[in-house]
Amino acid sequence: MTSKKVKVATVSLAGCFGCHMSFLDLDERLVDLVEHVQFDRSPLTDIEHCSDDCDIGLIEGGVCNSENVHVLREFRKNCKILVAVGACAINGGLPAMRNHISLEDCLNEAYMDGIGIENPQIPNDIELPLLLDKVYPLHEVVKIDYFLPGCPPSADVFWAFLTDLLAGREPELPYELIHFD
Amino acid sequence: MTKTFEIDGKKIPYEEGQTIMQAASAAGVYIAHLCHNPQFTPHGSCKLCTVKVNGRNCSACTFPASEGQNVTNVSKELNEDREKITQMLFVEGNHFCPSCEKTGNCQLQAVAYHLNMTDNHYPHFFENREVDASHPDVMIDHNRCIFCTLCVRASEEVDGKNVFAISGRGIDKRLIVNSKSGLLKDSELDGNDCAAHICPTGAILIKRTGYSVPIGQRIYDHAHIDAVALASEGEVHDL
Amino acid sequence: MHNYILQIAQENDFQSTRLLKILHAIQKRYFYIPDNAIEVLAEQLQLPRTHIQNVVAFYSFFHTQSSGKYTILISDSITDLMLGKSDLMSYFEQKLKVDIGSVRADGLVSLNNTSCTGMCDQGPAGLVNGYALTHLTKPRIDQIVNYVNRETPLAQWDSDLFRVDDNIVKPDLLLNEKPLHGHAITSTLTRGLSETLAEIELSGLRGRGGAGYTTAWKWKFCREENATQRYIICNADEGEPGTFKDRVLLNSYADSVFEGMTVAAAIVGATQGFLYLRGEYVHLLDKLEAVLEARRVSNLLGSNILQNGFDFDIEICLGAGAYICGEESALIESLEGKAGIPRNRPPYPVTQGYLGKPTVVNNVETYVAAANIAVHGGAWFADKGTSKSKGTKILSISGDCKARGIYEYAFGTTVKTILADCGAIDVLGVQVGGPSGVFISNDEFERKIAFEDLATGGSFIIFNHTRSILDVVHNFSHFFAHESCGFCTPCRVGTSLLKKQVDKIVEGHGSAGDIVALEELCQVIKNYSHCGLGQTAANPVLSSLERYPEIYQAMLKKISYEPGFDLDKSLETARRMANRDDAAAHLAQVEN
Ligand SMILES: Cc1cc2nc3c(=O)[nH]c(=O)nc-3n(C[C@H](O)[C@H](O)[C@H](O)COP(=O)(O)O)c2cc1C
Ligand code: SF4
Ligand code: SF4
Ligand code: FES
Repeated sequence: MTSKKVKVATVSLAGCFGCHMSFLDLDERLVDLVEHVQFDRSPLTDIEHCSDDCDIGLIEGGVCNSENVHVLREFRKNCKILVAVGACAINGGLPAMRNHISLEDCLNEAYMDGIGIENPQIPNDIELPLLLDKVYPLHEVVKIDYFLPGCPPSADVFWAFLTDLLAGREPELPYELIHFD
Repeated sequence: MTKTFEIDGKKIPYEEGQTIMQAASAAGVYIAHLCHNPQFTPHGSCKLCTVKVNGRNCSACTFPASEGQNVTNVSKELNEDREKITQMLFVEGNHFCPSCEKTGNCQLQAVAYHLNMTDNHYPHFFENREVDASHPDVMIDHNRCIFCTLCVRASEEVDGKNVFAISGRGIDKRLIVNSKSGLLKDSELDGNDCAAHICPTGAILIKRTGYSVPIGQRIYDHAHIDAVALASEGEVHDL
Repeated sequence: MHNYILQIAQENDFQSTRLLKILHAIQKRYFYIPDNAIEVLAEQLQLPRTHIQNVVAFYSFFHTQSSGKYTILISDSITDLMLGKSDLMSYFEQKLKVDIGSVRADGLVSLNNTSCTGMCDQGPAGLVNGYALTHLTKPRIDQIVNYVNRETPLAQWDSDLFRVDDNIVKPDLLLNEKPLHGHAITSTLTRGLSETLAEIELSGLRGRGGAGYTTAWKWKFCREENATQRYIICNADEGEPGTFKDRVLLNSYADSVFEGMTVAAAIVGATQGFLYLRGEYVHLLDKLEAVLEARRVSNLLGSNILQNGFDFDIEICLGAGAYICGEESALIESLEGKAGIPRNRPPYPVTQGYLGKPTVVNNVETYVAAANIAVHGGAWFADKGTSKSKGTKILSISGDCKARGIYEYAFGTTVKTILADCGAIDVLGVQVGGPSGVFISNDEFERKIAFEDLATGGSFIIFNHTRSILDVVHNFSHFFAHESCGFCTPCRVGTSLLKKQVDKIVEGHGSAGDIVALEELCQVIKNYSHCGLGQTAANPVLSSLERYPEIYQAMLKKISYEPGFDLDKSLETARRMANRDDAAAHLAQVEN
C-alpha cells in the first residue's frame, strides 16, 4: 500500500513536555501509528520548521511569550487541523497561575529583588523572546479545531483521537477519556 | 389518582407543591444541576437545569410541576446550551483542575464531562481572586467559586450560623465571610459544619484530606454525574 | 460615629427594611459607608454584617471608601454621548485635575461615569452628590469646578445648574388633565369599588412600565388573595436609558400619581403604599414629601380618608443606582432592605410580594391613567388607541430632533408622525423602548406605537445619519454588563462576554467567525437568563444584526481568526523592563 502518509507536527509551547511523554506512552501502538503517520516538525524529529502541507498539528502548552505566538502561527498556517493538547493549551494551565500576579512583579521577583540574586538585571538580549503580560490559552490566539483535555491526556486519548481522525470519523472521546486532570 | 406530567415522553408522578426537579429526581430522571441540592431551598441561579416546559425555558429546580406539563429535558439544543453555560463558569473563575484537590470529585467538572465538554470556548477572565487559608480546618479558594450559594444556604438553614454570603453586583460578585476581619478563622465556622462540606467545586475544602483517593477510584472517574446524583438523592454529599 | 449611627437606626425604628434609607443618611454624613458603621448597624438591626456589606457593594451609589466631599457622576447614556459628553468629560478631568474613576489626591472630589440619569432631553447631564446637573457646557463646568475648589456648599451653588425642565411638548388625554386632589377618590367611593374596578377593566388599561399586563386583572388578583395585609407599590425606578416621562409626571402630576395609588389601595384593600424613587431623582424627594404631607392634611391620605373609613399612607423609598431595581421583584427586595435580585416566579407579587404579602406594583404612568379613569370612566380612555392598546402612551423623546421632551400619543400613532412632530430629519433609525427594546430602521417608520407592534415603556431615541449603529450597540452592551445583578450565570458571565465580543468587533479586531460567535452568545443570554434584564440584554445586537448585517460584515477582517486582546500591548511591560524596542520586541496583531 503506497497511500500517502498523514503528516503530523507537534510542539510544546508553555508546557512541560508531559503531553509529549504521554504521547510516547502509546508504546507499541506507535509502531501501528507510523504505518499511517509521518512526523514533521516535532521534538521527536530534527525538523525545525513545519512543511507547508502538514495534516495535523498537536500543540502542548499555552502561549506565554512572543516566540510562542510565532510558532503557533507557523503551525496554524501549515497544518490543516490544529489540536490543543492538554490543560495548558486549553486554559493556560499551571503556567497561567501567574496571571494574577502582574508581569512586573514576576520579573522583579525573578531577576531583581528575589532572595539570593546577584547582579540584578532584567535580561535584555534581543535573542530572548519577551514575555506576554499573561499566559493565554491557544484558542485566544489562533483558531483551534480540536481539544484534547487532560494533564496530560492519556495515551488512550491520543490513540482514540488519531485513529478516529485517520479513519475519517469525527473524533469523539468516550466518557472515561474526558478528564481535566 | 396520582397527578402526572411528562419528561421527554416519560410519565412522571408528582405531588402538589413539588418542583419539576423534585418530581424528576424521585422518578429517577436526572436533570443537570449545580446550584440545586434537595436539602435546601432552591435557588435557581446556575441555569443548568433549564428545561422546556410546554416549549418555554424554565428552571426545573424552582418551577412547580403541574398536571399535563410537557417537559423536554434532554435535547441536542438544551445540552449544547448547558455546555455553554458550564463553559461560562469555567472562564469566569480560575479552574486549574490539575492543581485542585477536588478534581475527580468535583460536580462542576463532572457536569462538564457529562456534557462532553472538552474546552472552555470563551475568552478567560483571569480575574485575580484570593485564597483564605486562615481557618485551621477549612480553606476557601475563591478562584473556584461559582456562586451557587450552597454554602450560604447550608450555613443558614442547617448550621444556623450565616457564615457565608454572596456580595456585590454582576461580574464583581464575591463570596464573603461573616467575621469582622473577613477571614474564615474569625468566623463561627466549624470544620464539621454542613457548610464546610457542601461546596460542589473546590472552593471550600477541608484541610489535610486532599488527594486521599487514588485516581481511578474518585467519584466521577467512571460514574456519570447523573447516576451519582440520583443515587445520593436526599443525602448530604460529603465528598 | 457610634452615636450617630445609633440615632439613625433609632429614627428608622431599627427596621432592616429601611436599610437603604439608613445607608443614604450615613453616606451623606461621611461620604462613604465606614466599616465601623456596618458593625454598629449589624448589631442594631440584628442583621448579619454580610447582609449590609452585600447591600453596600450591590448599589452603585454606596461606597466603602470615601469618594470625596463632592462626588461627580456624568451620565453615560447614549443620548448624553450624542450631545458631546466625551469632550466635556475630558474637560472636567482636566479642570478638576482628577482621573475618571478616581478621587483627587486631596480627597475633595471624585469623577466617574454613571448609567443614564434620565435627563436625555437636557443633557449632557450628571449628578453631584446625587443631585441632578443638567445642560452641561464648558462654562457650566468651570462654574462647578470653582465651587468645588472653594468648597462651596451645594445649597449655595447657582440653582440654574440644577434646573430640570419638564419639556412637555405634546400633551393629550392625560397630560391635559389637571393634577387630582381627591376627585378620583370620591368618584371611586361614590361609584363603588367593584364598579370602579370594572371601569378600569373597561378602559383596557395595560401597564405602562414595559410588560403591558392588564392593570385591572392585577388589582383583581391581589384583591382576591386571602390576606390580612396588602401593599401598593409605585415603580418610579425609571432606569431604562432614554426614559424620563415618570420624572415629569412626578414633578408636575404627583397628586395624580398618589391619587392613583390611593384608588388602587381602596380597591384591593391595602393600607400601606410605597413610592420607589430612583436615586437619580433625589432632587424630587422634598417636593414629593411635601405633596404627601399636603394630602395628609387634606385627609386624602392617612386614616379614615375623606371620612370613608379607609386608611392608607405612602412612604417614599430612595434607590441607590441599580437599573435592575426597576424589575418588580428586585424592587420589592430592595424595599425590604436587600440587594435588588429578582425573585423566582411563581409566586408573583400579587400573591407574594412585599414581606410575602399580596402586592400591586405599577408604573407611575399607570397610576396617573388609573386615577383619571376613575374620574372619567373607562370609555373616556378606551375611546383612544387601537383595539389591543387602549388610550395614550407618554413618550420620552430624545436624540437627533429639534424638540426633545415629553409627547403623549394615542396608541397606534406611526413612528413617521412622531418624527415629523418632533422635527427629526435625515433619520437613520429609532431605538424604541430603550436598550432593552428594538432598533428600527428607516424602512420601518410606518410601524405603530402599540403593544401589538412597537411596545415601549416610553423611551424613543432618534439617530440621524451621522451616527454609527455600532457605537450605539457598544454603549448598550456596556450598560447591560454594568447593570447585570449577577444572580444567574448566563447574564452575569454572558453580558460581560458580550461586552468583550462587541468591543472586539467595534474596535476592528473581528474576523470571519466572530459574528457567528456573537450571535450564538446572544442566544444563550436571551434564552437562559433569569429575568427581563438578561433576556433583553442581547436585543441591541440582535436587532441591529438583523437589520444591518453588512455594517457588521464590513468591520471584519478577511482572515480566519484574530485575537480578542491586543497582542503587542501585552508585551509592553516586558519591553519596558528589558528596555527594548527592536523589531523582535513587537508582535503584529495578525500574521502578515
Ligand atoms: C430590568 C427591568 C427593568 C425594569 N424597569 C422598570 C422601570 O424602571 N419602571 C417600571 O415601571 N417598570 C420597569 N420594569 C417592569 C416591571 O418589572 C413591572 O413589570 C412594572 O413595574 C409593572 O407595572 P405596570 O404593569 O404598570 O407596567 C422593568 C423590568 C425589568 C425586567
Ligand atoms: S464556595 Fe462553593 S458552595 Fe459556596 S457559593 Fe462558592 S461554589 Fe457555591
Ligand atoms: S438576568 Fe441578569 S439581572 Fe436578571 S437575574 Fe440574571 S443576572 Fe440578574
Ligand atoms: S440547578 Fe436550577 S438553576 Fe441551578
